[in-house]
Amino acid sequence: MVDLFELLVGKEGEKDYQKKPVIVQGITGKFGSFHTQQMLAYGTNIVAGVTPGKGGQKIEGVPIYETMKDAVNSSGAKISIVFVPAKFFLSAAVEALEAGIKLLIAIPEHVPVKDALTIADMAKKKDAIIIGPNTPGIIIPGIMKIGIMPASPFKPGRIAVISRSGTLMYEVSHNLSLANFGQSICLGIGGDPINGTPLIEAFDRIRDGTNIDGVVVVGEIGGDAEEMLAQHIIDTKFDKPVVAYIAGRAAPKEKRMGHAGAIIYGNYGSSESKVSMYTKANVPVAKRPAEIPMLLAGKIGKGRIK
Amino acid sequence: MRLLEYQAKSLFSDYTIPIPKGYTSIDIEQGRKDASALGYPFVIKAQMAVGGRGKAGAIQKCHNADEFQLKYPEIMQKVVKGEKTQAILLEKMADIKKELYLSLFLNRGKRCYTIISSSEGGVEIESVKNQVIREVGLGDVDTKTAEEVGKEIGLKDKTLSQFVEILQKLSKITVEKEAELAEINPLAVLKDDSLLALDGKVIIDDNAMFRHDELRKFQEVSELEERAEKSGFSLVELDGNMAVVGNGAGLVMSTLDMLSDHGGKPACFLDVGGGATTDTVYEALTLISKMKKVKGILVNLYGGIVKTTTVATAFIKAYENKVIDVPVFARMSGAEADRSKEMLKGSRTKMFDTIEEAINNAVIEVNKNG
Repeated sequence: MVDLFELLVGKEGEKDYQKKPVIVQGITGKFGSFHTQQMLAYGTNIVAGVTPGKGGQKIEGVPIYETMKDAVNSSGAKISIVFVPAKFFLSAAVEALEAGIKLLIAIPEHVPVKDALTIADMAKKKDAIIIGPNTPGIIIPGIMKIGIMPASPFKPGRIAVISRSGTLMYEVSHNLSLANFGQSICLGIGGDPINGTPLIEAFDRIRDGTNIDGVVVVGEIGGDAEEMLAQHIIDTKFDKPVVAYIAGRAAPKEKRMGHAGAIIYGNYGSSESKVSMYTKANVPVAKRPAEIPMLLAGKIGKGRIK
Repeated sequence: MRLLEYQAKSLFSDYTIPIPKGYTSIDIEQGRKDASALGYPFVIKAQMAVGGRGKAGAIQKCHNADEFQLKYPEIMQKVVKGEKTQAILLEKMADIKKELYLSLFLNRGKRCYTIISSSEGGVEIESVKNQVIREVGLGDVDTKTAEEVGKEIGLKDKTLSQFVEILQKLSKITVEKEAELAEINPLAVLKDDSLLALDGKVIIDDNAMFRHDELRKFQEVSELEERAEKSGFSLVELDGNMAVVGNGAGLVMSTLDMLSDHGGKPACFLDVGGGATTDTVYEALTLISKMKKVKGILVNLYGGIVKTTTVATAFIKAYENKVIDVPVFARMSGAEADRSKEMLKGSRTKMFDTIEEAINNAVIEVNKNG
């Protein structure tokens, strides 16, 4: 399985180590242009943008192309971030994968389930990775961010954070940073029912990183991703500390709680079911975000805090 | 979007899945006409988006016009688990031999549709025993699979072949209408061994609604929900007295949990989206002001990119314009928090550094005021 770090930062000694080129799809929109500027300021190497009808122009010094094919051919980028409206997401993502993109960060919310399934299937066949839809993106603190997260909550370190929620990822990372647990990577898988990279796969793509002392998994009600991950942790005897959080304990059944994916049917998706599986896997579940650093410290032991 | 029973059944009927004869009304005048067209006895069924209607008395048998006169208004007034009756379905009773369970749902982990069926239906899915579960990919269910499932729940002959037809039609609905769930429970085996869909539940992917104009007629949103949607918010109304507002679904859920842990009672879940500006927060407060039960507002915003002073301005404006008259307990992290506190001094918005402090104060204050 392709390691995410390798795709994102490359290997030491490579010419573009820590400077992997990134394309922004929908770069001229209000949202796209604002976050392009923010990402550039953080050090992300944005080399091209795509907006049909605006090819040949520049924005924030970044050249704009008509098509993904042109943008990929002239920049050699393998990574793209997509800001188009949900209705147009599928065609934008298909265009990206056909042009040779290997890692696609899908920001839009409200992408239909069918479209998410279609692109996930295509990505599998093309050996590409989709992060999202409905994700804040990925940040490697101190090096780069491909996403819409603010920079302030994150600081470099050795904890990996995987989250289904955007603002909770910021909140949890902020709490970790305050407790001196910096992060090696923070990754939002998205709040939709279908994630391009499901929780379990996101976990596998970072688990072997030599820069990781522990993993924090921020989940919420809906689906059975947490249950599957817990079983996977047991089956693969993962031995680094894992701490979890699950939002939505107090949510009523059959009500969609903001995220398309945050809904309980019967017992499917309930907080109780997730907590009980995590308990089996010896993964402590925090009652509130501020408790996470304490549980993590308990698992890691004070000697390893850096 | 969750379809009500009569809406789900109208969809079933379009796909020729057999349903009982019935009529839907929203007032007793029309109900009386329906009753005489249908003929006694029949069942009066509250149409509401919630399970457990039978136990709550929202589904009752009716044998004559006197009973009808009493029961129709009674059921129209029913509230079950916070859900109100939205319409009334009068339906012919059936000669039931046995009740089965049948559903297709989008299995998120496996990324495919999954059939669940059982010979012991008629109860909520959590309590359905002897479930036969079969993953079936993303397309239509083929005849062989449908037959296997039917046999596994003990069907044969005429009932089996009808079951196969119904399962395949249900699968067509799921695929063509982009449903996350399509359920028939109970699927009744009648005295003559034929099958009849006695209840139906269909949940359509909201995000796919732009491709399904034909389903728009089923969309029933409250005025508040409609306004929330227009502003790009997500709103879920709840039973308590403390409105919970924040940016990001996860953060608001988390706040709801902590409030409940502290003995607070959430009146709503309101997610204003990832960003938060003066306008969005002002609009959120305006929405909340329409909910009479609200005694206090708990706000949890993770700033970051947005300055907290921007948000503080919204609170001040809302009180000045008399949009709200209940206290606000706010936690805002992010840039210029100290200046925001200064701005809010003397106002009815109390600002805290942590959500835990905000919740403690909110619960004490609101309980004190009854």
